[in-house]
Amino acid sequence: MRNQNLNNFRYFLVCLMATVFLVSLPRAPLADVRGTGDLGLVVERTSGSLTAINSTTRRAVGKITGLGDLSHASLVYSPDERYAFVFGRDGALTKVDVLENKIVKRVEQAHNSVGGAISQDGRLIATSNYDPGGVRVFSADTLEKVADIKAEYGDGQLAKVVGLVDAPGQKFVFSLFEAGEIWTADLHDPKNPKIQKFKAGKEPYDALISPEGRYYIAGLFGEDGLALLDLWNSDAGIRKIVPEYAKNDPKLPVFKMPHLEGRALVGDYWFLPAVGHHEMLVIDRREWKVVRRIPLDGQPVFVIPRPDERQIWVNFALPDNDKLQVIDTRDLSVVQRLTPGKAVLHMEFTPKGQEVWVSARDDDQVLVYDTETFREMARIPAEKPSGIFFTARAHRLGL
Amino acid sequence: MRPVFLIVLALISQASLADSPPLERQQALLELLHQDCGSCHGMTLQGGLGPALLPSALEGKSALMLTATILQGRPGTAMPPWSSLLTQQEAEWLVTQLKQPAPPQDANRH
Repeated sequence: MRNQNLNNFRYFLVCLMATVFLVSLPRAPLADVRGTGDLGLVVERTSGSLTAINSTTRRAVGKITGLGDLSHASLVYSPDERYAFVFGRDGALTKVDVLENKIVKRVEQAHNSVGGAISQDGRLIATSNYDPGGVRVFSADTLEKVADIKAEYGDGQLAKVVGLVDAPGQKFVFSLFEAGEIWTADLHDPKNPKIQKFKAGKEPYDALISPEGRYYIAGLFGEDGLALLDLWNSDAGIRKIVPEYAKNDPKLPVFKMPHLEGRALVGDYWFLPAVGHHEMLVIDRREWKVVRRIPLDGQPVFVIPRPDERQIWVNFALPDNDKLQVIDTRDLSVVQRLTPGKAVLHMEFTPKGQEVWVSARDDDQVLVYDTETFREMARIPAEKPSGIFFTARAHRLGL
Repeated sequence: MRPVFLIVLALISQASLADSPPLERQQALLELLHQDCGSCHGMTLQGGLGPALLPSALEGKSALMLTATILQGRPGTAMPPWSSLLTQQEAEWLVTQLKQPAPPQDANRH
């Protein structure tokens, strides 16, 4: 009997000690405690997946599957760089946790979609839809729909929406392909967007916003030149600029329309890919005139400056889509030619520009180059990679 | 079920007739169709900035007209002429693929 009591007492003591020990332990974190500033995502367009990458280790660090049709997919990051919002071609909007490499939430928000943007305050996600034509706005937190902006024109037809970007003043700016219009939507009151409409010109197909968020420029498929909206003075309406930016009668067939990049602004000069020509245009933004044409080895698709603006990197449409060219911005000479692989679709610089990451779709590879020596630093396997997105984009307008 | 199966079989064997491109080239053509044509028409060919290319969307359009559209493009639209990259035979083969009831699958799709 005494023995039994002693045993009970011992049992009690052990339990007490175990409890004290467990309570005093620091709580184990679910994921490693780390920042996300050197992480990124690579879109794998055919398999509907993402490969997570780390720019410090130059390695793949995770894989996220089940994102649907990711052809022509893009993504934006939350202000804390923890979440990515992925816009799929099939109209799905997926919120991905970059730290834990998993899908947090997914909504099928349209039938056919081409991209999206995150609001200045990071609380709203807007999608750019072909079908049904328009912009839908969601809470970044829950992905609940808060606004539906129908791209109505004429007798109630809906236009395909392209070139959607975020702008200062909690605005989204976008273009309506069939309607030939540019709209701005003020989302200070998310449930009641304030819309302003502008006549832009025939068939805007893509657009850019300047890095400070002042100029919105749309490329026009149906006519020559570009449509410029000065958001500091939007009452002045649209101005047609760079009439030499011709769409009609290109010398060569255009197998891929070039992307317009707001970042391609170096000082007062804008570097834009010419359409249907083997050249890049240099535009003086004080007068909006072409001041130089730089001959290239193919039809440019992306024209992206290194973050320090000393170099400009260019990739090309078919049949020259295995090449890259690097231009020195001091004298506009070609300083390097690279052949990273088959179907080079995209380039993304590390935030300070010491490296560039390049996707070679048909080689199933992402290549990393040192931008000073042009040495290949790493190769990372990825399935049919297209867009590469580092988290530093979270803090840039229009990206 | 059986008649449908036979029709599909007939179409597949038709596609592998003597004047089809070599097998290796067929693979490259299907890849081009989904990846590069797909950048406007959608990777699954359901349409994007360009129209859908699914069999239902192409119904009633002659193979002759579709082949000509591929090779010569459509002036005034974003559709370029592909004659510098594709031969007449290759364009005809692609049209046959597009008109098949089941959309052609890229073997590289996982």
